[in-house]
Amino acid sequence: MTDIDWQTIWLTVKLATLTTIILLILATPLAWWLTRTTHWSKQIVASIVALPLVLPPTVLGFYLLILMGPTGPIGEFTEAIGIGLLPFTFTGLVIASILYSLPFAVQPLHNAFESLGERPLEVAATLRASPLDRFLTIVMPMARPGFVTAAILVFAHTIGEFGVVLMIGGNIPGETKVLSVAIYDHVETLEFAQAHWLAGGMLLFSFTVLLLVYMVNGRAHRSRHQ
Amino acid sequence: MNSGIYAKFDTSFDDFSLQVELSLPGQGISALFGHSGSGKTTVLRCMAGLQKARGELIVNGECWQNDRIQLPVHQRPLAYVFQEASLFSHLSVRANLEYGYKRIAASERKIEFEQAVAWLGVAPLLARHPDKLSGGERQRVAIARALLTSPRLLLMDEPLSALDQKSRREIMPYLEQLHEHLSIPVIYVTHAADEVARLADHLVVMDNGRISASGPLTETLARLDLPVHQYDEAGVVIDATVTDIDHHWHLVQLSFDGGVLWAKDPGAKPGQRLRARVLARDISVAHQHHQDTSILNVMPATIVGIADSNHPAAKLIKAQVGQTPFLAQLTAKSVSLMGLDIGAQVWLQVKSVAVID
Repeated sequence: MTDIDWQTIWLTVKLATLTTIILLILATPLAWWLTRTTHWSKQIVASIVALPLVLPPTVLGFYLLILMGPTGPIGEFTEAIGIGLLPFTFTGLVIASILYSLPFAVQPLHNAFESLGERPLEVAATLRASPLDRFLTIVMPMARPGFVTAAILVFAHTIGEFGVVLMIGGNIPGETKVLSVAIYDHVETLEFAQAHWLAGGMLLFSFTVLLLVYMVNGRAHRSRHQ
Repeated sequence: MNSGIYAKFDTSFDDFSLQVELSLPGQGISALFGHSGSGKTTVLRCMAGLQKARGELIVNGECWQNDRIQLPVHQRPLAYVFQEASLFSHLSVRANLEYGYKRIAASERKIEFEQAVAWLGVAPLLARHPDKLSGGERQRVAIARALLTSPRLLLMDEPLSALDQKSRREIMPYLEQLHEHLSIPVIYVTHAADEVARLADHLVVMDNGRISASGPLTETLARLDLPVHQYDEAGVVIDATVTDIDHHWHLVQLSFDGGVLWAKDPGAKPGQRLRARVLARDISVAHQHHQDTSILNVMPATIVGIADSNHPAAKLIKAQVGQTPFLAQLTAKSVSLMGLDIGAQVWLQVKSVAVID
């Protein structure tokens, strides 16, 4: 493995970590709103959130490229405030990853919130807990398996993304070149040994992550039924 | 009116409508009684603010809700005991108890932690996890947790109905004790007549989202026009004093306003106040005082009311012994053959008296 490969691994982990942290912060209120609301727009929002699940990553990447490009509204805005254009930068990649992995954060949280039911919150309210207090002391701890699942899935999903990265980030070493792209490059240039190392590592990593998720969920499930 | 509870609610959802206006005593246990679907739980949820409804709620002089004010649940100084204990599964028993306790100002605390723990006998459970408790234990913890908010109104929604017979018997003495410890009003929702007889001071009967009767327990139970009587549970509850004990035959003499009754001795002491329940189906009526009967309790009475019952063959008779009303269930045929009518002087033969201890 070359230094560039190590640099790529580091960049990938940094991207996945940042995406996970930001997404958990954004997805928590969104998932909570989806759980509690009776507003007519609920189904529309839920569908938009789920879109990245079914959309080809290239489609998502294409629209982001247009929006964040020099003639897109986001691009004009970021240029106006002096950040410059986001495509082909690490920041652009983070934004794209957040959108791409949004359903992987929202759905486990949404499920966890739904399975709590109304009762614990009603009980807490009669014990003088304000709405925020209830969220912090009842919802968050009781939905912990949902948070763990969401974090692991988002992290793993971001590590594995390819299409969106190519569309929005390209292949700039140290800035936007992530693992999946590096493997593609190695294969293109017939460096099979390096491709093996990275691909094998990804395989092992993905398996470990899934095993973790299943173990966490299994334990939460068991303790609830004891 | 500074003391007492005034509640008025008007709401409807799905195809159910609720319209109630209630004045309840400012202390003691008021039972909200009715079959499922009568709206009694909805009234309780409206009082707690868990269910939005137009209306008014004044508790011992404090307004919790009217046209302008609608206090959110967590700002109403009440406690709510749910049908299922609903302990927080991520917290230990101790942390469950402390949840509400920690959320009220120290100056507001009228019930201390150790006090509530002792009343409900939950000291041995403190370190445990809710998953490891029996149904009865869980409900006792839930009641202690509710009391630890030092509420000014305690709402209980069928707290025993999810429990088996054994747990119910285990928890009942704790509830009766609360009656003595607490000076706050308790509203107790139930569909079990025996819980009403045991615990209630005031009875509210609900039917189909409306109040069909509300008043002091003994008076209200003796009303002839109650839908309660549809449940084959018609009967009265008598507050009595133990005035004599027959150790030889293991009987106690219970004196009430207007007469005496003999009942099986529950281990009572002379002078003790007891409640006794006499069911309408355990009373028969005679014109003469028969000496040759196995029935111990025979009392002179005046018929004050006759009503139809849930079956065309049966009638319900209300008869007064002194100031105390009794109900008797007779066949319509007997009523007709005996020529019973309002004002008639008769003898009540009471086959069974259940002492509630």
